[in-house]
Amino acid sequence: MTSTHSASSSPSRAGAAMTDSSHAPGADTGAAKRAKTSGLTDDSAGMSYLDSLPRRLITVMLPLLVFVFVLLFPFYWMAITAIKPNYQLTDYANYSPLWVVGPTLDHIKYLLFETTYPYWLWNTLYVSFAATAISLVASVFAAYAIERLRFKGSRWVGLGIFLAYLVPPSILFIPLALMVFKLGIYDSKLALIFTYPTFLVPFSTWLLMGYFRSIPYELEECALVDGASRWQILIKVLLPLSIPGLISAGIFSFTLSWNEFIYALTFIQSSENKTVPVGVLTELVRSDVYEWGSLMAGALIGSLPVVILYSFFVDYYVSSMTGAVKE
Amino acid sequence: MATVDIRAVTKAYGSTPVIHGVDIDIHDGEFVVLVGPSGCGKSTLLRMIAGLENISGGEIRIGNRVVNEVPPKERDIAMVFQNYALYPHMTVGANMGFSLKLRKAPKAEIDARVNRAAGILGLSHLLDRFPRQLSGGQRQRVAMGRAIVRDPQVFLFDEPLSNLDAKLRVQMRTEIKELHQRLKTTTVYVTHDQIEAMTMADKIVVMHDGVVEQIGAPLDLYDQPANQFVAGFIGSPSMNFIKGKVQVNGTAAFVTPSGAKFPLDRVPEGAVGKDAIYGLRPEHVRIDPQGVPVEIVVVEPTGSEILAIVRVGEQEIACLFRERLSLAPGETIHISPQPGMTHLFDAVSGQRL
Ligand SMILES: Nc1ncnc2c1ncn2[C@@H]1O[C@H](COP(=O)(O)OP(=O)(O)OP(=O)(O)O)[C@@H](O)[C@H]1O
Ligand SMILES: [Mg+2]
Repeated sequence: MTSTHSASSSPSRAGAAMTDSSHAPGADTGAAKRAKTSGLTDDSAGMSYLDSLPRRLITVMLPLLVFVFVLLFPFYWMAITAIKPNYQLTDYANYSPLWVVGPTLDHIKYLLFETTYPYWLWNTLYVSFAATAISLVASVFAAYAIERLRFKGSRWVGLGIFLAYLVPPSILFIPLALMVFKLGIYDSKLALIFTYPTFLVPFSTWLLMGYFRSIPYELEECALVDGASRWQILIKVLLPLSIPGLISAGIFSFTLSWNEFIYALTFIQSSENKTVPVGVLTELVRSDVYEWGSLMAGALIGSLPVVILYSFFVDYYVSSMTGAVKE
Repeated sequence: MATVDIRAVTKAYGSTPVIHGVDIDIHDGEFVVLVGPSGCGKSTLLRMIAGLENISGGEIRIGNRVVNEVPPKERDIAMVFQNYALYPHMTVGANMGFSLKLRKAPKAEIDARVNRAAGILGLSHLLDRFPRQLSGGQRQRVAMGRAIVRDPQVFLFDEPLSNLDAKLRVQMRTEIKELHQRLKTTTVYVTHDQIEAMTMADKIVVMHDGVVEQIGAPLDLYDQPANQFVAGFIGSPSMNFIKGKVQVNGTAAFVTPSGAKFPLDRVPEGAVGKDAIYGLRPEHVRIDPQGVPVEIVVVEPTGSEILAIVRVGEQEIACLFRERLSLAPGETIHISPQPGMTHLFDAVSGQRL
């Protein structure tokens, strides 16, 4: 993350400095001319520095390009590694590491037909959906109760939930393992479906609490007078208004579950019950033999669902981060 | 439609009392306005009638039913909130029909009632819009529509016009009044604007710091304010309060510390010789060569009338003249009150004498 930021911010600063010296005079006279011809243009003058094309190239496009490059390069690397024949993988002397000659689907075939990868994918999907659904339902109730029912000690419960979120999974997995064994769900999807909410619920509850808080209290009072019960208020007024919040909580939960590693590593043993992150790492790395091609193919295919999910809901997601219900 | 009886109602938030024993009788079909300065407890009282705040003491009845423990949805009331509180995710039609839908009314009936209310309020062409696509005045009307669709026993309004601009406010005032004349539903209306109160109410309840100062018809409050607070609150520009004493030397008169003598309509028992407050509305001052000499400080013509601030000794008096007088600051004029239009208050308690 940090490297991304520094890499993208320094060129943009350099770009800004350059434009100050080279293009500012031209823009200034342009603005002045326009101001002279009509007295009404000055509210657009603030954005006119974006007008000229070369300027925009340097101040907007270039930093954006750098940013996109830094973000997408790992994916590119994954993609070309996934289709590179094995003999090219480490032979940088004869083959460019950035390019593929004679791409092959062997790795992908191997992954899909000779490992239990399809199971992993299905497991991950199943577990993520189930854990997300459970967590969302629990969080909606928790957040509503803490935020709106204002029972005695609701603040402390809220704080407690937040603290629970801060307990690292690497500590929590020991007591959880005990419970998983006692419940007899070790090495099954249920083990993950029931343990993921331990970190998903606190997170989603906090996100939703903030969201519920932004919905005017008057709306609820109005619904009360209109004859709605608490349950109806939640279902018919609050939740429809919280859809962006629900979606972002859902996306976050789904992503966290999808990428979860520690619990999936410890609570699952058999190959066909593994999830993608664990499976790829434990089954495709045999002592010191790395199946790079399949590994990368597995990682790439494994990240697709999350990418698709994000791209579908990006609007909601952004709106829930930047603001809430406006009347 | 129903009566609303408020009996010795008190309210405390934690240990802070905000309403100290309020009694109000609201008759069937009456339009009652609760008015008072900010923070006096109007909204709190209204919310107690609605059931959104619990009642710390006393009793509220709607119809013949004590509603202290009755939840809002069973009180058969409709409330219009200051910010309208329209459901942003529902169309105007859905907003208006929401309460009926919750009651599981048949769809045809909901549509019929929504359409009727929309017709009354001129909202028929907006039923498919969302609240964010409406102007302030239209939202206000939707909020009212939502209330009238239900045909409740009582309407409660909490400063419904305060978010509108001055012109629209006057227009909506008339509309609400007309609506009431048409529906004849008992209405409790909260405002801090005394003009709204005067123009709309059948009965005004003036509140101050959690107590009722006076209840009465608008003109009664104007003519016979029970105390200095009501006298100052009702009427615009507000009443002049002049400090001085009641003296009887031959004829009874109110004498200011500077020696100016104002005529009294009557001499209340036991007031003679005591400090008192002389109340005189600006519009009840007239030019009178035999009157009290005063010096003009400021002149503010508004076209239809002239507001002049004049000085008597150390005290200033606002005078409103409807005639086109040529007045200049520094001049001395002679004024006297219109007979029968003066008020006298106790200097200590502020009660009417
Ligand atoms: N939830 C609360 N907790 C504590 N005190 C409150 C609460 N709500 C209101 N008050 C206090 O009760 C008093 C009356 O408030 P209320 O809202 O009824 O005033 P109001 O007459 O409606 O004023 P305004 O014209 O400004 O709306 C105020 O002094 C206020 O500070
Ligand atoms: Mg209020």
